Amino acid sequence: MVTKLVILLVIVLGVVAIAQLMRVYELSSKLRNKNEAEISNRDNRFNAAMILFFMIGLFGSLIWLMVTYGWTGRGPAASVHGHNLDWLLNLNFIIILAVFFLTNFLLFFFAFKYVRKPGVPAFYYPHNNKLEMLWTVVPAVVLAVIIILGLKSWNDATDEAAPESIRVELFSKQFDWTARYSGADNTLGKFDYKATFDGNQWMTANNELALITTNTLDTSIFYMEQAIHDMEVLLNNTDTVLIPEVREKTMTDLTRKERLVRLLHQMRERHDPAHDILAWDDIIVKDTLYLCKGREFEFNFRSKDVIHSAYFPNFRAQMNTVPGMTTRFKFIPDMTTEEMRAIKKDPNFDFVLLCNKICGAAHYKMKMMIVVLEEDAYDEWMRIKVEGIKDENGAWLKKPGTFRDTYFGVEDAVVVPEVMVSDSLNVDAAMVDNGAEL
Amino acid sequence: MAAVAHEAHGHHDDHGHHEESFVSKYIFSQDHKMIGKQFLMTAVFMGVVAMLLSVLFRIQLAWPGEGSDFVSFFLGDTWAPGGVMKEDMYLGLVTIHGTIMVFFLLTGGLSGTFSNILIPLQIGARDMASGFLNMLSYWFFFLSSIIMLASLFVESGPAMAGWTVYPPLSALPQAISGSGMGQTLWLFSMAIFIASSLIGSLNYIVTVLNLRTTGMSMTRLPLTIWAFFVTAIIGVLSFPVLLSCALLLIMDRMAGTSFYLSDIIINGEMLTNHGGSPLLFQHLFWFLGHPEVYIVLIPALGLSSEIIATNSRKPIFGYRAMIGSILAIAFLSFIVWAHHMFVTGMNPFLGSVFVFTTLLIAIPSAVKVFNYITTLWRGSIIFTPAMLFTIGLVSTFISGGVTGIILADAALDITTHDTYFVVAHFHVVMGLSAVFGMFAGVYHWFPKMFGRMLNTRMGYAHFWVTIIGAYGVFFPMHFVGLAGAPRRYYDYSVYEQFDLDSYNMQMDLNIIITVFAILAALGQLIFLFNFFYSIFRGPVAPQNPWRGTTLEWTTPVEHMHGNWPGELPTVHRWPYDYSKPGAEEDFIPQTVPLAEGEEEH
Repeated sequence: MVTKLVILLVIVLGVVAIAQLMRVYELSSKLRNKNEAEISNRDNRFNAAMILFFMIGLFGSLIWLMVTYGWTGRGPAASVHGHNLDWLLNLNFIIILAVFFLTNFLLFFFAFKYVRKPGVPAFYYPHNNKLEMLWTVVPAVVLAVIIILGLKSWNDATDEAAPESIRVELFSKQFDWTARYSGADNTLGKFDYKATFDGNQWMTANNELALITTNTLDTSIFYMEQAIHDMEVLLNNTDTVLIPEVREKTMTDLTRKERLVRLLHQMRERHDPAHDILAWDDIIVKDTLYLCKGREFEFNFRSKDVIHSAYFPNFRAQMNTVPGMTTRFKFIPDMTTEEMRAIKKDPNFDFVLLCNKICGAAHYKMKMMIVVLEEDAYDEWMRIKVEGIKDENGAWLKKPGTFRDTYFGVEDAVVVPEVMVSDSLNVDAAMVDNGAEL
Repeated sequence: MAAVAHEAHGHHDDHGHHEESFVSKYIFSQDHKMIGKQFLMTAVFMGVVAMLLSVLFRIQLAWPGEGSDFVSFFLGDTWAPGGVMKEDMYLGLVTIHGTIMVFFLLTGGLSGTFSNILIPLQIGARDMASGFLNMLSYWFFFLSSIIMLASLFVESGPAMAGWTVYPPLSALPQAISGSGMGQTLWLFSMAIFIASSLIGSLNYIVTVLNLRTTGMSMTRLPLTIWAFFVTAIIGVLSFPVLLSCALLLIMDRMAGTSFYLSDIIINGEMLTNHGGSPLLFQHLFWFLGHPEVYIVLIPALGLSSEIIATNSRKPIFGYRAMIGSILAIAFLSFIVWAHHMFVTGMNPFLGSVFVFTTLLIAIPSAVKVFNYITTLWRGSIIFTPAMLFTIGLVSTFISGGVTGIILADAALDITTHDTYFVVAHFHVVMGLSAVFGMFAGVYHWFPKMFGRMLNTRMGYAHFWVTIIGAYGVFFPMHFVGLAGAPRRYYDYSVYEQFDLDSYNMQMDLNIIITVFAILAALGQLIFLFNFFYSIFRGPVAPQNPWRGTTLEWTTPVEHMHGNWPGELPTVHRWPYDYSKPGAEEDFIPQTVPLAEGEEEH
């Protein structure tokens, strides 16, 4: 409190002091017969010189920043189209830097050079059509080049993915990411947000990604009807008195759930059980996204709540995730995590997926680590995800991770199959290195 | 309209010297000069608030997690326990800083102030077409400012979804605390602000079209008036779209509609909204949002055209090309909005169309820049503070403009979208340019507004501190962005986990940026002091301090109803007869008839 008072006091006294200085200044300028509208030659020349110094400082500081932080300041790209985009950025940077230096130089230099000199009148020069044509046509030509190159890269980057590309869904919610690999059939299972349900004390299975199968639809209907029943009991119970807000909230919730359950029933009617397999073989992964060097990935993006943005700075990729619609982006990683670490000379470096659209208070913490593996290591990782690892007694060292397995749980195996654990050791070591969960 | 003009004229003759009450003179004034000053005062106050907010969040970015007495002084224990601001308050500060700066300072303040003061004075009119609507426009602006400021003090905090308030974040109070009461106030404030802006713009358009004095043809208008006129047209065409955009959001929030909402589960609550699209909001928002950039920028360019000609003692180079480029920019501004949405999930083909139209804007912008530079060439430049700020404006317009070329290129926008590169770009090209234009305008027309002179030396100090601070803030910010730092992050600690190099760079640069931001903010104290001190104690201004040609310098220094005693002036020439060969003085006012055998430019 005392510090605040002192601060206020200092501010007040400061203002008073400046006011007094101003009065002195005014009195002295009155004595010297100075007029604020007349700018003296001294002041003019002072500002002209300052402009020249400022220009040098401005150019110098830009060059200093570029030298210190490495040209455009971004690290190397780690995807095929990323290299092309970086090339395009460099080209654009050269053009805009040339324009920046040239026009700023002309501006500041003319301002410096043509400062008023007593006796030298200004040159009456209202227009010149040729000059004006020149600086309409030249920018137009340069822009045409920029537009054509830019559109070519844009079309390539946003083009359809090849049929054999690996399909992965990235699911976003406040404040984390979940990845879903499309499994053996390379087709993502269908989803509908109404089929979302969490596990409870009776049943641990949950359907956080709202995948549609006969079982998940039945279960979500069951849960929803259970909840409706509970609410009706609560509202109709004459023995309890509810706080008005609670009653109102419960009523709203009840209306919502009644509507949702009707829609779920309709969906169940139309559901074709033959599609179940599309979802059952999907693989849901949290914490770390594994990618494969040299293979194309087609990402579908979804959001559970608000808009997020899937931002892969190293892969030069970004796409918003929008509730109510699916968005997509594709790229081919062309550098493994290890290779990038070697280039950056940073053994702790990791690729990352960030959220780049304001999505709530903890927006700045929303991220997912990315590991790019060589092809065989990636395949091995995927094989383990599908099949799991067992020890010689048939007990699970690593349970398989398809949606079917995580949803129903995996029985401890009775049969003892031969499993080549040694094959997966290399991958295993790499995984552990990254602190990732297999 | 002729009747109105006549009435204003008659009014003047009958009651030229009547005493006005305090209320009708200073508060509910219908005089355009007083209303202009009211806009300026309100905007200066709002600007100070917004600048203070930016200093607060810059402190957080430079020294994350370190308690600061300064932060605690302003935010208190609720929002900054131990002097460290809370995550959601950080977003609240960012949101309100952006909203106030864009709408209240640079739209209301810049166009509101100078359109009001300069339109009647420079076209030779007694007042605006409708004094009453003009007054209404100010009071709506005032009311919306109060509501916006009040939203900073509500319990759940101000709006926190960024100044673009994208739903669903802004539509769902469960998503972030600011989307409760704070967001409601934000929307109502903006709705009232839009009404104010519309009323004002219609008035400006009607005045420019109908109340020009004898001889003031459209091609003899000063470029300031062209700028205000075109700005008002853009405003009238685009602000209603923002209003509908805001109204639909209000309905989604309060009436259970689903314009922007679809298939949402928030905090475990499964909502029934289905079929809406958040992209619809973005389209509607940016349909105003992009023209808004030019609503902010064009008046600043208009002011600078006038100041650069006056202080180079040369006609503005390419007067017609300048008008043409303003019109071209205004037209193009309506067909580029989706360049804000390249990676939002919009069809990429649509994106390519917008790449094309957006990059076209660079052409008229380049014409303007080269015309300014040619105006300086072989001039006889006088460095008034206004002239310095104008040169600063041209410089920032270039520096911010060229980075726009990167962002307009959809392919390059993939990685720069929503990073600090964007923040740096629009702060330089729109923020700094418009603020410099506004300062230039205040320094240049202060004698006309208050009948007194600002202190020139303080003006110099203010300019040099401001431009050094401004470039010091935004040059490094480009590099933070190119390195990939997303905007609206409370801190960058997350980088420590995967890229230490990048983390260190961001921490270094963020400190540099904050130091310069604080420097620039302190520099504004010089201006504030100079401004308020000179209103009361500055030396009395001569009638035509800068030896300008335009009509406002033919009015008496002492303000009066109706602007000119007696007849309205008659205009005989364009406004840029500076240093015309054969003339005695280096300027010929517009009211001087052409001499025998003299050609109009």
